[in-house]
Amino acid sequence: MSEMKKIKNLKEFSTSADRFEGANLLCPGCAHSIIVREVLNATNDDLVLSASTGCLEVCTAVYPYTSWDASWIHIGFENGSTAVAGAEAMHKALARKGRLKQPDRNPKFVSFAGDGASYDIGFQWISGCMERGHNIMHVVLDNEVYANTGGQRSSSTPIGSSSTTAPAGRVSYGEKQNKKDMVSIMASHGIPYSAQVAPNKWKDMVKKIQHGFAVDGPVFINAVSPCTTEWKFDPKDTMYLSDLSTDSLVFPLYEIIDGHELNITYRPKNVVPVEEYLAAQGRFKHLFKDEYKHLIKEWQDRVDANWAYLNRREEARV
Amino acid sequence: MAFDKMELRDIEVWDGNFAAAQAMRQCQIDVVAAYPITPSTPIVEGYAKFLADNYVEGEFVMVESEHAAMSGCIGAAAAGGRVATATSSQGFALMVETLYQASGMRLPIVLNVVNRALAAPLNVNGDHSDMYLGRDSGWIQFDAYCPQDAYDLNFIAFKVAEDHDVRLPAMVHQDGFMTSHTAQGVKTLTDDQGYNFVGDFKPMNDMLDFEHPVTHGVQTEEDWHFEHKARQHNDLMTKVLPKIQTAFDEFEKLSGRKYNIVEEYDMADADVAVVCMGTSVETAREVATEMRAKGIKAGVVGIRVIRPFPFEQIKAALKDVKAIAALDRSSPNGAPGMLFNEIAGALFNTDTKALLSGYVYGLGGRDLTKAHLTDLFTELQANVDAGKVTTPLQQFIGVRGPKLSFL
Repeated sequence: MSEMKKIKNLKEFSTSADRFEGANLLCPGCAHSIIVREVLNATNDDLVLSASTGCLEVCTAVYPYTSWDASWIHIGFENGSTAVAGAEAMHKALARKGRLKQPDRNPKFVSFAGDGASYDIGFQWISGCMERGHNIMHVVLDNEVYANTGGQRSSSTPIGSSSTTAPAGRVSYGEKQNKKDMVSIMASHGIPYSAQVAPNKWKDMVKKIQHGFAVDGPVFINAVSPCTTEWKFDPKDTMYLSDLSTDSLVFPLYEIIDGHELNITYRPKNVVPVEEYLAAQGRFKHLFKDEYKHLIKEWQDRVDANWAYLNRREEARV
Repeated sequence: MAFDKMELRDIEVWDGNFAAAQAMRQCQIDVVAAYPITPSTPIVEGYAKFLADNYVEGEFVMVESEHAAMSGCIGAAAAGGRVATATSSQGFALMVETLYQASGMRLPIVLNVVNRALAAPLNVNGDHSDMYLGRDSGWIQFDAYCPQDAYDLNFIAFKVAEDHDVRLPAMVHQDGFMTSHTAQGVKTLTDDQGYNFVGDFKPMNDMLDFEHPVTHGVQTEEDWHFEHKARQHNDLMTKVLPKIQTAFDEFEKLSGRKYNIVEEYDMADADVAVVCMGTSVETAREVATEMRAKGIKAGVVGIRVIRPFPFEQIKAALKDVKAIAALDRSSPNGAPGMLFNEIAGALFNTDTKALLSGYVYGLGGRDLTKAHLTDLFTELQANVDAGKVTTPLQQFIGVRGPKLSFL
C-alpha cells in the first residue's frame, strides 16, 4: 500500500506539474479534463493510463500530439480496462523476474472510459478485470450519453432525456429506461472499493481516488461529467450543473467498501429540487410541457426513493 | 533464474499443441492472456501447467473472451515484455479487431492459431478460414505442416517479431486436430538452446519506463493515417522476409532443420505443381513422388510464410511449370480462393504460360486423400497435354451431391 498523499489545496492543484496538459481538443466547459486532472492530482506516483475510444481519447492523442505526460494506451472502444490489466500483469511478471527498469517506483494503473465504453460495450471487459482482481482503477467519465458519436443514448442515459437515438418527439418523451446502477453492479463483484464522485466536490473525489490507489485490488469510480453539447447548457455552467447533480441527489456521492459497506460521503445542506436540475438542461426541456409534467414528479420520487435506499444501506452497516 | 529447467529427450512424442506450448515455455513468456477454444486450448493449458510446476516464470491472465485475451496481450506487450497466446476459429474472429491494433502499434506478440472452420454451421475441425480471415491484419503469418514445425516456428516467430527493425506481431498456424492433436516425434532443443536462440526480450517504447512516458494507440485522420499504414505495409513487405531468412539460417545452424520461405519439393524439373499449405503439403509430396513413378513430372510448392506473401519466391518456384493447382482450404464465398488469387497475382506480368486452376478442399475437417491428389495431378497433366484448362477453373474436391464448379 502506498502512503496516502496530502490533498492539495486549490492553488497547488492549479500549479502542480500536470501529467494531463491543458492543450487538448475537448469542448470548452467539458468536465472530462477536470475529472482527469483531479484523479491524476491525487497521486505523485507514476501512472500507466488507458483511455477507451471516446471524447477523452480522440481529443488528447491526435498524432503527432499528445496531452499525456504519462504512459498511456488506447486500443478500442471496449477494452481499455483490459489493456491496463495486461500492463499490470506485465509489471507483476517483470517485478518478480527483477527486470523492471525503475524497480523502486510504485505505478498506478488507471483506465478512463465514458459511460458507453463502461456501461455498454465495455461492460464485459470491466467485469472480467474486477473479477480477476487486477490492481487497477477504472474511472467512468459518466456524461450519460454517447457524446463522441453525436449524442446517442447509452444505458446510463436517464429517463426522459432526449438523445439522437431516443429523441423526444410528438409522441415520445425520449429515453424510456432507467439509468443502469453501475456502482452497485461493480461493487457486487466484491471489489475492495467503488464510489461515485463529482468534479465539483474535488476534495471528496481526491480522498476517494487516494483510497482507491491505497487498496490492493480493482477499484471502480463513477464520475458525473456534465456535457455541454449533449446536456445542452452554457460552457461556463459546468460546475453549476455538477453542483445541481450532487445537490439535487440525482447523482449522490457515496462509496462502497469491500462490495457491501456503503458510506454516503456528501449530504447537501440544502437539497435542490430535481426540477431545478432538469430545467437547467436542454435535454430535458420537453419535460416541462403540460403532457409530460407528471414525469418531473416521477423523477423526484425516484431520486427520493434512491436516497432513502442509500441511507438505509448506510445505516444497516452490512 | 528462479524457475526450473526441464530435461527433454532429443526426440519427444508431442502433438502440435504441446509442441507449441513447450516452445512458449522455452522462450519464457512473461505474460499470457488467453481464453480457451478448441482445438487450441491445450496450448495455454500447457503454459498454465508449466507455471503451476515452476517450469516458467510469468503471469497467466485467464480473461473472459478472446477479444480480451488479445487486449490483455496488447497492454502487456506495450508494457514491455514477451507476450503470447493461442486461439482458433470463432475466437480468432472475435480477436480480429484487436489484431489490427496489435500490428498498428507495432507490438511483437506471438499468436498460435490452430486453424479451424468458421461457423455457421458450427464446426470444430480444421480448415483455413480463420487463417485467411487474418491475412490483412498486418501480422506476420507462418504455417506449420506438422508438430515439429509448430515447435520450431514458434522460436522463429519470436525472434523475427521482436527484432527492433521489425516490431510486428506474428502468428504460427497449424491445422486443427490434424496437427494439433496428432502426436509425432519432435526433435527438441534444450531449454538453454531454445531461450538463447530467441534471446532476452529488449523492450522499446515500453510503458513501464517512467522516465520516458509514451503514448500508444493515437488517433490519426486523413493527414497521417495513410502514412502510418503505408509505412507499416512497406516494413512488412521489405524488411520481414530477409529477417525470416536470416532466422531460418540461424535456426538451421542450431538445429540442423532447414526451413524455407517457400518449400519446394521436386520442383527443379516439374511440369505440374500443386501449391498448398498445412498438412496437405506432406500428403501432396508423397503423391507427387508416386506420380513421378507413373511418368508425370509432379512437384509441390508449400507456402511457409503466408504474410508477407512471398511473391518473388513463388515466381521463382513456378517459373518453369506448365500447369499449377492452387489448393484453398477455405470457403471463398464469392470469389476464387485466396491462394488461387495470390498465385495468379504473383504470376501475372511474368513470362509464364502456366495453366492455373483452383481447388477448394477439406472444409470443416474433410480429409484430403491421396486418391484426391492423384486425380488432381492427373488432371493437371491432362491440361498440359491439351494446352488449356480442360476442367472448370475452380472445383470442390470431395464434396457430396451434384458436382460443384465455377468459372
